[in-house]
Amino acid sequence: MISVQNVHKSFGDLEVLKGVSLDVKKGEVVSVIGGSGSGKSTLLYCINAIEPINKGKILVDDVDVHAKGTNKDKLRQKLGMVFQQWNSFPHMTVLENAALAPRIVKKMSKEEAIEIAKKELEHVGLGDKFDVYPTKMSGGQQQRLAIARALAMKPDYMLLDEVTSALDPELVGEVLDTLRLLAEEGMTMICVTHEMGFARDVSDRVAYFHQGVIAEIGEARQVITDPQNPLTQKFLSKVR
Amino acid sequence: MDYEFHWNVVFQNMPQLLNGAFVTLHVSVLAMLLGVVIAILLAIAKMNNTKFFSQVATVWVEIARNTPALFQIYMAYFGLGAFGIHLSPYLAVLSALVFINAGYLTETFRGGFQSIPSTQYSASKSLGMTSIQSYRYIILPQMLRRIYHPMTNQFVWSILMSSLGILVGMSELSGTTQRLQSLSFRTLEFFIVAAVMYFIITKLVLFGSSLLARRLFKGEI
Repeated sequence: MISVQNVHKSFGDLEVLKGVSLDVKKGEVVSVIGGSGSGKSTLLYCINAIEPINKGKILVDDVDVHAKGTNKDKLRQKLGMVFQQWNSFPHMTVLENAALAPRIVKKMSKEEAIEIAKKELEHVGLGDKFDVYPTKMSGGQQQRLAIARALAMKPDYMLLDEVTSALDPELVGEVLDTLRLLAEEGMTMICVTHEMGFARDVSDRVAYFHQGVIAEIGEARQVITDPQNPLTQKFLSKVR
Repeated sequence: MDYEFHWNVVFQNMPQLLNGAFVTLHVSVLAMLLGVVIAILLAIAKMNNTKFFSQVATVWVEIARNTPALFQIYMAYFGLGAFGIHLSPYLAVLSALVFINAGYLTETFRGGFQSIPSTQYSASKSLGMTSIQSYRYIILPQMLRRIYHPMTNQFVWSILMSSLGILVGMSELSGTTQRLQSLSFRTLEFFIVAAVMYFIITKLVLFGSSLLARRLFKGEI
Protein backbone atom coordinates (compact mmCIF):
# COMPACT_ATOMS: atom_id res chain seq x y z
CA MET A 1 0.00 0.00 0.00
CA ILE A 2 1.07 3.55 -0.71
CA SER A 3 0.08 5.92 2.06
CA VAL A 4 0.53 9.66 1.61
CA GLN A 5 -0.01 11.46 4.90
CA ASN A 6 -0.46 15.23 5.10
CA VAL A 7 2.43 15.97 2.71
CA HIS A 8 3.66 19.51 2.20
CA LYS A 9 6.13 20.40 -0.50
CA SER A 10 7.57 23.77 -1.53
CA PHE A 11 9.83 24.94 -4.32
CA GLY A 12 11.40 28.01 -2.76
CA ASP A 13 8.55 30.27 -1.66
CA LEU A 14 6.00 28.42 -3.73
CA GLU A 15 4.09 25.80 -1.79
CA VAL A 16 2.99 23.20 -4.34
CA LEU A 17 1.52 20.56 -2.04
CA LYS A 18 -0.42 21.92 0.92
CA GLY A 19 -1.26 18.89 3.01
CA VAL A 20 -2.10 16.00 0.70
CA SER A 21 -3.30 12.65 2.06
CA LEU A 22 -4.07 9.64 -0.13
CA ASP A 23 -4.08 5.89 0.43
CA VAL A 24 -3.74 3.56 -2.54
CA LYS A 25 -4.33 -0.12 -1.88
CA LYS A 26 -2.74 -3.04 -3.71
CA GLY A 27 -4.51 -3.64 -7.00
CA GLU A 28 -6.16 -0.26 -7.06
CA VAL A 29 -5.98 2.24 -9.93
CA VAL A 30 -6.25 5.87 -8.89
CA SER A 31 -6.32 8.68 -11.42
CA VAL A 32 -5.28 12.17 -10.42
CA ILE A 33 -6.79 15.02 -12.43
CA GLY A 34 -6.54 18.78 -12.12
CA GLY A 35 -5.23 21.94 -13.79
CA SER A 36 -1.56 22.44 -14.56
CA GLY A 37 0.41 23.65 -11.56
CA SER A 38 -2.01 22.03 -9.13
CA GLY A 39 0.73 19.71 -7.80
CA LYS A 40 -0.34 16.43 -9.39
CA SER A 41 3.01 15.52 -10.91
CA THR A 42 4.94 16.76 -7.89
CA LEU A 43 3.09 14.23 -5.78
CA LEU A 44 4.42 11.38 -7.96
CA TYR A 45 7.97 12.74 -7.74
CA CYS A 46 7.63 12.86 -3.97
CA ILE A 47 6.33 9.29 -3.76
CA ASN A 48 9.32 8.16 -5.82
CA ALA A 49 11.70 10.22 -3.65
CA ILE A 50 13.02 12.11 -6.66
CA GLU A 51 11.84 15.24 -4.83
CA PRO A 52 12.21 15.62 -1.06
CA ILE A 53 9.20 16.73 0.99
CA ASN A 54 8.97 19.46 3.61
CA LYS A 55 6.39 18.01 5.96
CA GLY A 56 4.28 14.88 6.41
CA LYS A 57 5.06 11.30 5.56
CA ILE A 58 4.87 8.88 2.65
CA LEU A 59 4.81 5.13 3.34
CA VAL A 60 5.31 2.49 0.66
CA ASP A 61 4.58 -0.97 2.10
CA ASP A 62 5.11 0.58 5.56
CA VAL A 63 8.57 1.91 4.66
CA ASP A 64 8.97 5.64 5.28
CA VAL A 65 10.19 6.89 1.89
CA HIS A 66 11.77 10.10 3.13
CA ALA A 67 13.24 8.81 6.40
CA LYS A 68 17.00 9.22 6.73
CA GLY A 69 17.98 5.56 6.73
CA THR A 70 15.78 4.52 3.78
CA ASN A 71 17.62 3.07 0.79
CA LYS A 72 15.87 5.07 -1.90
CA ASP A 73 17.50 3.23 -4.81
CA LYS A 74 16.17 -0.03 -3.43
CA LEU A 75 12.74 1.41 -2.79
CA ARG A 76 12.47 2.73 -6.36
CA GLN A 77 12.73 -0.84 -7.66
CA LYS A 78 9.20 -1.32 -6.37
CA LEU A 79 7.94 1.87 -7.95
CA GLY A 80 7.88 1.88 -11.73
CA MET A 81 7.70 5.38 -13.12
CA VAL A 82 6.76 6.61 -16.59
CA PHE A 83 7.29 10.25 -17.53
CA GLN A 84 5.45 12.68 -19.73
CA GLN A 85 8.46 12.97 -22.04
CA TRP A 86 9.08 9.17 -22.07
CA ASN A 87 12.86 9.69 -21.51
CA SER A 88 14.05 6.67 -23.45
CA PHE A 89 17.81 6.23 -23.44
CA PRO A 90 18.77 7.30 -26.98
CA HIS A 91 22.16 5.58 -27.08
CA MET A 92 20.72 2.09 -26.55
CA THR A 93 18.49 -0.16 -28.60
CA VAL A 94 14.95 -0.84 -27.46
CA LEU A 95 16.00 -4.18 -26.01
CA GLU A 96 18.98 -2.66 -24.20
CA ASN A 97 16.74 0.06 -22.78
CA ALA A 98 14.50 -2.55 -21.19
CA ALA A 99 17.22 -5.01 -20.14
CA LEU A 100 19.67 -2.54 -18.57
CA ALA A 101 18.09 -2.05 -15.15
CA PRO A 102 17.29 -5.76 -14.53
CA ARG A 103 20.88 -6.50 -15.48
CA ILE A 104 22.72 -3.88 -13.42
CA VAL A 105 20.27 -3.10 -10.62
CA LYS A 106 18.84 -6.55 -9.99
CA LYS A 107 22.14 -8.21 -11.03
CA MET A 108 20.43 -10.74 -13.26
CA SER A 109 22.46 -12.72 -15.76
CA LYS A 110 22.52 -11.28 -19.26
CA GLU A 111 20.29 -14.06 -20.59
CA GLU A 112 17.74 -13.61 -17.82
CA ALA A 113 17.62 -9.83 -18.24
CA ILE A 114 17.16 -10.15 -22.00
CA GLU A 115 14.45 -12.74 -21.59
CA ILE A 116 12.49 -10.59 -19.17
CA ALA A 117 12.97 -7.50 -21.35
CA LYS A 118 11.75 -9.32 -24.44
CA LYS A 119 8.70 -10.54 -22.57
CA GLU A 120 7.74 -7.05 -21.39
CA LEU A 121 8.36 -5.52 -24.82
CA GLU A 122 6.07 -8.11 -26.39
CA HIS A 123 3.61 -7.33 -23.62
CA VAL A 124 3.34 -3.71 -24.82
CA GLY A 125 3.38 -4.66 -28.50
CA LEU A 126 7.00 -3.87 -29.34
CA GLY A 127 8.01 -7.44 -30.10
CA ASP A 128 9.28 -6.46 -33.55
CA LYS A 129 11.43 -3.51 -32.39
CA PHE A 130 14.15 -5.12 -30.26
CA ASP A 131 17.11 -3.83 -32.27
CA VAL A 132 15.69 -0.44 -33.21
CA TYR A 133 17.00 2.76 -31.62
CA PRO A 134 14.24 4.60 -29.76
CA THR A 135 14.82 7.87 -31.63
CA LYS A 136 13.65 6.07 -34.78
CA MET A 137 10.25 5.33 -33.21
CA SER A 138 7.10 7.36 -32.76
CA GLY A 139 6.27 9.01 -29.45
CA GLY A 140 3.62 6.40 -28.75
CA GLN A 141 6.09 3.58 -29.31
CA GLN A 142 8.69 5.31 -27.14
CA GLN A 143 6.14 5.73 -24.40
CA ARG A 144 5.24 2.04 -24.57
CA LEU A 145 8.96 1.29 -24.38
CA ALA A 146 9.12 3.41 -21.22
CA ILE A 147 6.27 1.36 -19.78
CA ALA A 148 7.97 -1.94 -20.69
CA ARG A 149 11.27 -0.67 -19.27
CA ALA A 150 9.57 0.07 -15.95
CA LEU A 151 7.69 -3.27 -15.98
CA ALA A 152 10.91 -5.23 -16.57
CA MET A 153 11.88 -4.32 -13.00
CA LYS A 154 8.77 -6.18 -11.80
CA PRO A 155 7.50 -3.19 -9.80
CA ASP A 156 4.64 -3.50 -7.33
CA TYR A 157 3.35 -0.05 -8.25
CA MET A 158 3.33 2.08 -11.36
CA LEU A 159 3.44 5.87 -11.20
CA LEU A 160 2.36 7.45 -14.48
CA ASP A 161 2.99 11.13 -15.02
CA GLU A 162 0.75 12.48 -17.81
CA VAL A 163 2.04 9.76 -20.08
CA THR A 164 -0.12 10.79 -23.05
CA SER A 165 0.15 14.59 -22.77
CA ALA A 166 3.14 14.95 -25.07
CA LEU A 167 1.80 12.60 -27.73
CA ASP A 168 0.17 13.37 -31.05
CA PRO A 169 -3.58 12.73 -30.72
CA GLU A 170 -3.56 9.67 -32.98
CA LEU A 171 -0.93 8.01 -30.78
CA VAL A 172 -2.75 8.44 -27.48
CA GLY A 173 -4.98 5.40 -28.00
CA GLU A 174 -2.19 2.82 -28.23
CA VAL A 175 -0.65 3.98 -24.94
CA LEU A 176 -3.99 4.08 -23.14
CA ASP A 177 -4.72 0.54 -24.39
CA THR A 178 -1.46 -0.61 -22.85
CA LEU A 179 -2.41 0.96 -19.52
CA ARG A 180 -5.86 -0.61 -19.71
CA LEU A 181 -4.20 -3.99 -20.14
CA LEU A 182 -2.07 -3.39 -17.05
CA ALA A 183 -5.11 -2.37 -15.03
CA GLU A 184 -6.92 -5.57 -16.06
CA GLU A 185 -3.91 -7.58 -14.93
CA GLY A 186 -4.26 -6.04 -11.49
CA MET A 187 -1.32 -3.62 -11.48
CA THR A 188 -1.53 -0.95 -8.79
CA MET A 189 -1.32 2.43 -10.49
CA ILE A 190 -1.41 6.11 -9.78
CA CYS A 191 -2.07 7.93 -13.04
CA VAL A 192 -1.78 11.67 -13.34
CA THR A 193 -3.83 12.27 -16.45
CA HIS A 194 -5.79 14.66 -18.62
CA GLU A 195 -7.71 11.83 -20.26
CA MET A 196 -11.10 12.04 -18.54
CA GLY A 197 -12.52 9.03 -20.42
CA PHE A 198 -9.58 6.93 -19.31
CA ALA A 199 -9.91 8.14 -15.71
CA ARG A 200 -13.62 7.30 -15.72
CA ASP A 201 -13.40 3.87 -17.35
CA VAL A 202 -10.16 2.39 -16.10
CA SER A 203 -9.56 3.73 -12.62
CA ASP A 204 -11.26 2.71 -9.41
CA ARG A 205 -11.04 6.14 -7.87
CA VAL A 206 -10.38 9.66 -9.14
CA ALA A 207 -8.82 12.47 -7.13
CA TYR A 208 -9.25 16.09 -8.23
CA PHE A 209 -6.31 18.33 -7.35
CA HIS A 210 -6.83 22.03 -6.89
CA GLN A 211 -4.08 24.43 -5.77
CA GLY A 212 -2.08 21.83 -3.88
CA VAL A 213 -4.87 19.98 -2.11
CA ILE A 214 -7.24 17.18 -3.04
CA ALA A 215 -10.52 19.00 -3.51
CA GLU A 216 -12.53 15.90 -4.23
CA ILE A 217 -11.92 12.17 -4.26
CA GLY A 218 -14.31 9.32 -4.87
CA GLU A 219 -15.44 6.47 -7.05
CA ALA A 220 -14.20 7.16 -10.59
CA ARG A 221 -17.46 7.27 -12.51
CA GLN A 222 -19.14 9.36 -9.85
CA VAL A 223 -16.38 12.03 -9.69
CA ILE A 224 -16.19 12.38 -13.46
CA THR A 225 -19.90 12.25 -14.29
CA ASP A 226 -21.43 13.66 -11.13
CA PRO A 227 -18.86 15.76 -9.24
CA GLN A 228 -20.00 17.18 -5.90
CA ASN A 229 -17.46 19.95 -5.37
CA PRO A 230 -18.19 23.14 -7.39
CA LEU A 231 -14.44 23.39 -8.18
CA THR A 232 -14.48 19.93 -9.75
CA GLN A 233 -17.62 20.80 -11.66
CA LYS A 234 -16.00 23.95 -13.02
CA PHE A 235 -12.80 22.10 -14.02
CA LEU A 236 -14.64 19.26 -15.74
CA SER A 237 -16.94 21.62 -17.63
CA LYS A 238 -13.80 23.29 -19.06
CA VAL A 239 -11.94 20.16 -20.16
CA ARG A 240 -14.89 18.46 -21.79
CA MET B 1 57.55 31.51 -63.71
CA ASP B 2 61.04 30.27 -64.20
CA TYR B 3 61.44 28.52 -60.87
CA GLU B 4 63.01 25.11 -61.30
CA PHE B 5 61.90 22.41 -58.86
CA HIS B 6 64.56 20.11 -57.45
CA TRP B 7 62.97 17.29 -55.54
CA ASN B 8 65.97 15.02 -55.20
CA VAL B 9 67.39 16.66 -52.12
CA VAL B 10 63.99 16.37 -50.43
CA PHE B 11 63.77 12.65 -51.07
CA GLN B 12 67.34 12.13 -49.88
CA ASN B 13 66.31 13.70 -46.57
CA MET B 14 63.05 11.77 -46.28
CA PRO B 15 64.16 9.73 -43.25
CA GLN B 16 64.74 12.96 -41.32
CA LEU B 17 61.40 14.39 -42.41
CA LEU B 18 59.60 11.21 -41.38
CA ASN B 19 61.37 11.34 -38.07
CA GLY B 20 60.13 14.92 -37.63
CA ALA B 21 56.62 13.84 -38.55
CA PHE B 22 56.80 11.13 -35.92
CA VAL B 23 57.83 13.66 -33.27
CA THR B 24 54.87 15.86 -34.33
CA LEU B 25 52.44 12.98 -33.95
CA HIS B 26 54.07 11.94 -30.71
CA VAL B 27 53.85 15.34 -29.02
CA SER B 28 50.25 15.94 -30.14
CA VAL B 29 48.96 12.53 -29.05
CA LEU B 30 50.56 13.00 -25.65
CA ALA B 31 49.27 16.58 -25.41
CA MET B 32 45.79 15.35 -26.26
CA LEU B 33 45.77 12.49 -23.73
CA LEU B 34 47.07 14.65 -20.88
CA GLY B 35 44.79 17.51 -21.96
CA VAL B 36 41.71 15.28 -21.79
CA VAL B 37 42.55 14.03 -18.30
CA ILE B 38 43.18 17.54 -16.96
CA ALA B 39 40.09 18.90 -18.76
CA ILE B 40 37.86 16.31 -17.06
CA LEU B 41 39.23 17.42 -13.69
CA LEU B 42 38.85 21.11 -14.57
CA ALA B 43 35.28 20.59 -15.84
CA ILE B 44 34.37 18.88 -12.57
CA ALA B 45 36.12 21.66 -10.66
CA LYS B 46 34.27 24.31 -12.64
CA MET B 47 30.90 22.79 -11.84
CA ASN B 48 31.93 22.31 -8.22
CA ASN B 49 30.32 24.48 -5.59
CA THR B 50 33.62 25.05 -3.81
CA LYS B 51 34.65 28.52 -4.96
CA PHE B 52 38.38 27.85 -4.84
CA PHE B 53 38.25 24.95 -7.30
CA SER B 54 35.90 26.62 -9.73
CA GLN B 55 38.01 29.80 -9.72
CA VAL B 56 41.24 27.94 -10.42
CA ALA B 57 39.51 26.23 -13.33
CA THR B 58 38.06 29.49 -14.62
CA VAL B 59 41.42 31.27 -14.57
CA TRP B 60 43.05 28.35 -16.41
CA VAL B 61 40.33 28.25 -19.07
CA GLU B 62 40.31 32.02 -19.61
CA ILE B 63 44.08 32.29 -20.04
CA ALA B 64 44.28 29.25 -22.30
CA ARG B 65 41.46 30.39 -24.56
CA ASN B 66 42.26 34.08 -24.79
CA THR B 67 46.01 34.23 -25.34
CA PRO B 68 47.98 33.13 -28.42
CA ALA B 69 49.51 29.64 -28.51
CA LEU B 70 52.81 31.30 -29.36
CA PHE B 71 52.67 33.16 -26.05
CA GLN B 72 52.08 29.89 -24.14
CA ILE B 73 55.07 28.24 -25.80
CA TYR B 74 57.33 31.23 -25.12
CA MET B 75 56.18 31.27 -21.51
CA ALA B 76 57.01 27.58 -21.12
CA TYR B 77 60.40 27.91 -22.80
CA PHE B 78 61.75 31.40 -22.08
CA GLY B 79 59.42 32.41 -19.26
CA LEU B 80 60.13 29.43 -17.05
CA GLY B 81 63.78 29.65 -18.15
CA ALA B 82 63.97 33.05 -16.51
CA PHE B 83 63.10 31.37 -13.22
CA GLY B 84 65.80 28.77 -13.72
CA ILE B 85 63.40 26.06 -14.89
CA HIS B 86 64.90 24.99 -18.20
CA LEU B 87 62.57 22.78 -20.22
CA SER B 88 63.73 21.09 -23.38
CA PRO B 89 62.02 22.38 -26.55
CA TYR B 90 59.97 19.18 -26.60
CA LEU B 91 58.77 19.59 -23.01
CA ALA B 92 58.07 23.29 -23.47
CA VAL B 93 55.85 22.66 -26.50
CA LEU B 94 54.21 19.67 -24.84
CA SER B 95 53.31 21.57 -21.69
CA ALA B 96 52.01 24.56 -23.67
CA LEU B 97 49.80 22.30 -25.82
CA VAL B 98 48.54 20.42 -22.77
CA PHE B 99 47.71 23.76 -21.16
CA ILE B 100 45.71 24.94 -24.18
CA ASN B 101 44.03 21.60 -24.91
CA ALA B 102 42.91 21.34 -21.29
CA GLY B 103 41.53 24.88 -21.41
CA TYR B 104 39.49 24.35 -24.55
CA LEU B 105 38.33 20.84 -23.72
CA THR B 106 37.13 21.91 -20.27
CA GLU B 107 34.46 24.02 -21.92
CA THR B 108 33.66 21.22 -24.37
CA PHE B 109 33.19 18.75 -21.53
CA ARG B 110 31.18 21.16 -19.43
CA GLY B 111 28.90 21.97 -22.37
CA GLY B 112 28.50 18.29 -23.22
CA PHE B 113 27.65 17.46 -19.66
CA GLN B 114 25.07 20.22 -19.38
CA SER B 115 23.50 19.28 -22.70
CA ILE B 116 22.23 15.96 -21.31
CA PRO B 117 18.73 16.66 -19.99
CA SER B 118 18.35 16.14 -16.26
CA THR B 119 15.31 13.98 -17.03
CA GLN B 120 17.70 11.26 -18.25
CA TYR B 121 19.08 11.21 -14.73
CA SER B 122 15.60 11.09 -13.14
CA ALA B 123 14.61 8.28 -15.50
CA SER B 124 17.62 6.17 -14.57
CA LYS B 125 17.13 6.90 -10.87
CA SER B 126 13.47 5.87 -11.17
CA LEU B 127 14.63 2.44 -12.37
CA GLY B 128 16.52 1.97 -9.11
CA MET B 129 20.00 2.83 -10.44
CA THR B 130 22.51 4.38 -8.05
CA SER B 131 24.05 7.74 -8.97
CA ILE B 132 27.25 6.05 -10.10
CA GLN B 133 25.33 3.63 -12.31
CA SER B 134 23.33 6.51 -13.80
CA TYR B 135 26.53 8.32 -14.80
CA ARG B 136 28.32 5.20 -15.94
CA TYR B 137 25.53 3.82 -18.15
CA ILE B 138 23.32 6.77 -19.06
CA ILE B 139 24.94 10.21 -18.72
CA LEU B 140 28.60 9.69 -19.71
CA PRO B 141 28.01 7.53 -22.82
CA GLN B 142 25.65 10.14 -24.20
CA MET B 143 28.01 12.96 -23.32
CA LEU B 144 30.93 11.19 -25.02
CA ARG B 145 28.91 10.99 -28.25
CA ARG B 146 28.20 14.70 -28.22
CA ILE B 147 31.74 15.84 -27.52
CA TYR B 148 33.45 13.31 -29.78
CA HIS B 149 33.68 15.54 -32.86
CA PRO B 150 34.74 18.69 -31.00
CA MET B 151 37.39 16.51 -29.38
CA THR B 152 38.77 15.30 -32.71
CA ASN B 153 38.83 18.91 -33.92
CA GLN B 154 40.92 19.82 -30.93
CA PHE B 155 43.25 16.95 -31.74
CA VAL B 156 43.77 18.17 -35.30
CA TRP B 157 44.27 21.68 -34.02
CA SER B 158 46.99 20.54 -31.65
CA ILE B 159 48.79 18.63 -34.42
CA LEU B 160 48.91 21.81 -36.49
CA MET B 161 49.83 24.03 -33.53
CA SER B 162 52.79 21.83 -32.66
CA SER B 163 54.43 23.39 -35.73
CA LEU B 164 55.11 26.41 -33.52
CA GLY B 165 57.82 24.20 -32.04
CA ILE B 166 59.93 25.67 -34.85
CA LEU B 167 60.27 28.84 -32.76
CA VAL B 168 61.99 27.17 -29.83
CA GLY B 169 64.16 24.88 -31.94
CA MET B 170 62.16 21.70 -31.58
CA SER B 171 62.90 18.97 -34.12
CA GLU B 172 59.36 18.17 -35.09
CA LEU B 173 58.18 18.27 -38.68
CA SER B 174 58.35 22.05 -39.10
CA GLY B 175 61.61 22.43 -37.21
CA THR B 176 63.20 19.67 -39.26
CA THR B 177 61.89 21.17 -42.49
CA GLN B 178 63.25 24.58 -41.54
CA ARG B 179 66.70 23.17 -40.81
CA LEU B 180 66.87 21.12 -44.01
CA GLN B 181 65.72 23.94 -46.28
CA SER B 182 68.27 26.33 -44.86
CA LEU B 183 71.01 23.82 -45.63
CA SER B 184 69.82 23.14 -49.18
CA PHE B 185 68.02 26.38 -50.14
CA ARG B 186 65.18 24.27 -51.59
CA THR B 187 62.66 26.16 -49.46
CA LEU B 188 59.56 25.67 -51.53
CA GLU B 189 60.12 21.95 -52.10
CA PHE B 190 60.68 21.18 -48.44
CA PHE B 191 57.69 23.15 -47.25
CA ILE B 192 55.39 21.66 -49.89
CA VAL B 193 56.36 18.17 -48.79
CA ALA B 194 55.94 19.12 -45.13
CA ALA B 195 52.47 20.52 -45.86
CA VAL B 196 51.49 17.29 -47.60
CA MET B 197 52.75 15.34 -44.62
CA TYR B 198 50.70 17.47 -42.19
CA PHE B 199 47.70 16.90 -44.42
CA ILE B 200 48.22 13.14 -44.40
CA ILE B 201 48.74 13.03 -40.63
CA THR B 202 45.54 14.93 -39.88
CA LYS B 203 43.53 12.94 -42.42
CA LEU B 204 44.80 9.70 -40.88
CA VAL B 205 43.85 10.92 -37.41
CA LEU B 206 40.36 11.92 -38.60
CA PHE B 207 39.91 8.62 -40.41
CA GLY B 208 41.04 6.64 -37.36
CA SER B 209 38.72 8.56 -35.07
CA SER B 210 35.70 8.08 -37.29
CA LEU B 211 36.43 4.34 -37.46
CA LEU B 212 36.61 4.30 -33.68
CA ALA B 213 33.38 6.30 -33.46
CA ARG B 214 31.59 3.81 -35.67
CA ARG B 215 32.65 0.98 -33.40
CA LEU B 216 31.80 2.86 -30.22
CA PHE B 217 28.52 4.42 -31.25
CA LYS B 218 27.13 1.92 -33.78
CA GLY B 219 25.99 4.21 -36.55
CA GLU B 220 24.55 6.81 -34.27
CA ILE B 221 26.63 9.79 -35.40
